[in-house]
Amino acid sequence: MAEKSSKQAPRVATGDRAILPEGASTIPVYVMGKKYEVPESLTIMKAMEFVGFKFIRGAGCRGGICGACPTVYRKAGDYKIYFGLACQTVVEPDMFLAQIPFYPANRAKFDMETIEPTAEAIHALYPELFRCVACNSCTKACPMDVDVLGYISAMKQGNIAKAAEISFDCIQCGLCASRCMGELPQYHIGQLARRVYARYIQPKADHLRKRVEEINSGKYDKMLEDLVAMSKEELEKHYTEREREPDLASPGEWKPQDTQYL
Amino acid sequence: MKIKYYPGCTLKSKAKNFEDAAIASLKELDIELEEIDRWNCCGVVYSLADDDLIHMVAPVRNLIRVKEQGGDKVVILCSMCYNTLSRANLLMKEDEEKRNTINSFMDEEIDYSGEVKVLHLLTFLKEEVGWDNLREKVSNPLKGLKVAPYYGCTLQRPREVGIEPLGSFELMTEFLEALGADVVKFSAADLCCGSYQVVGNEGVVLDASAKILNIADSEKVEALATSCPLCEFNLGKRQGLLMEEKKIKKEIPTFYFTQLLAVALGIDPEVCRFDLNASASLELLKTRNYS
Repeated sequence: MAEKSSKQAPRVATGDRAILPEGASTIPVYVMGKKYEVPESLTIMKAMEFVGFKFIRGAGCRGGICGACPTVYRKAGDYKIYFGLACQTVVEPDMFLAQIPFYPANRAKFDMETIEPTAEAIHALYPELFRCVACNSCTKACPMDVDVLGYISAMKQGNIAKAAEISFDCIQCGLCASRCMGELPQYHIGQLARRVYARYIQPKADHLRKRVEEINSGKYDKMLEDLVAMSKEELEKHYTEREREPDLASPGEWKPQDTQYL
Repeated sequence: MKIKYYPGCTLKSKAKNFEDAAIASLKELDIELEEIDRWNCCGVVYSLADDDLIHMVAPVRNLIRVKEQGGDKVVILCSMCYNTLSRANLLMKEDEEKRNTINSFMDEEIDYSGEVKVLHLLTFLKEEVGWDNLREKVSNPLKGLKVAPYYGCTLQRPREVGIEPLGSFELMTEFLEALGADVVKFSAADLCCGSYQVVGNEGVVLDASAKILNIADSEKVEALATSCPLCEFNLGKRQGLLMEEKKIKKEIPTFYFTQLLAVALGIDPEVCRFDLNASASLELLKTRNYS
């Protein structure tokens, strides 16, 4: 990116990097303080790769779900810190970028089989919960718009169900913990609340229990053995000739010919 | 009638009896406590350091919730929550520089300058229901029950936010009289129970609580009415230990004032969760046929 070439053309990646098509619009961004021109429609992650960075950590599904690429950025002339997922956030002119590959946060050890499903048990594992001063930096940092202060407050109130519900969209990226002045590992606390809720508090689905019992009793073993024993041709025939519920059937009305497994 | 309500963390767990009795009682008085949405911890103890603004954020955020949810008043039951929210409110009203700093720090919220009125439930009952009105609704008067109002520290200190002047115990006295109780003039009504010292300095708290209970005994008090979960813990739940250590001679049942209200209004005692009180409290009600 030589300074002298800037008059003829925007400074873009060349050589072994992606080459811009003729006439493509670029915008300036700053990666760790250095200015680059990148195509305007890229995500932060793609833009950083475009200018030559390679992610061996801090990059995961690239679909906005896994929480591996939380990112922090600022914009020119604005005091705010912005947060997002690098794989989802589209670059804007004069963004200041950097990737944080990992942010340490301790996760308490617990045994799901023996843990008491009470708020006190969670309080004992994460006593730092009570260092929260409600500054709300965690909520501001969340790229999933989770009300982090809300679920931390719910845990302080001893309401595991409420904490589990509010934290449901958490993808464990850890940006909350990176901003916390009380040094809480919020996302680990939320995850524990959801696990305890699911295991001990949430009403159990009775039909699921029955089905698991049926499976354990061997009711479907023969069906599976028959399938396993089939040749590829038999299996294909079986598949194409299978009974199938019509797409527009009213719920609960359609029944297959073969009812032995119902 | 609906009124915005801030519960506080303890009323959702250890002091569920305090809250449940209040909700049921107020329903009986045609008042709905409307719990504010997205509230957080009150901050518990008001910070006395002059420049410690970060500890104002928690109480102020709750006041902002009331304002943004359309309330101009908020009712609080717990003495400690009442204290922190009232004092933070006063700061936001009166100190322009600190108000600006706090509002600017909380830039994701609407600005706040003390517009919400913070009311303790006792004040609210006096102003909005009235003692005569309350007396009429009492179906199960606490006749003959010698109750003492116990204020502790945070209902009256500092004077700027006190529900009434230091040394005066009219509010709870009039309240208990409306319920039909024989209110005892209690000389230890605003002695400190030992408060948070219980965490690190247990001996001091046992002595402080024993002193209050011994005065209650000598003044023929049969039951104490309180508005603070921590006072209730130190004075109520710890009485077994105080007996064991021979620091007190007699157990004095303790109640949240809302529980006595519920009993007097004839509400099913199940609602009052007396199982969360010390056992002597329920026994007293039973032996006197109040429940």
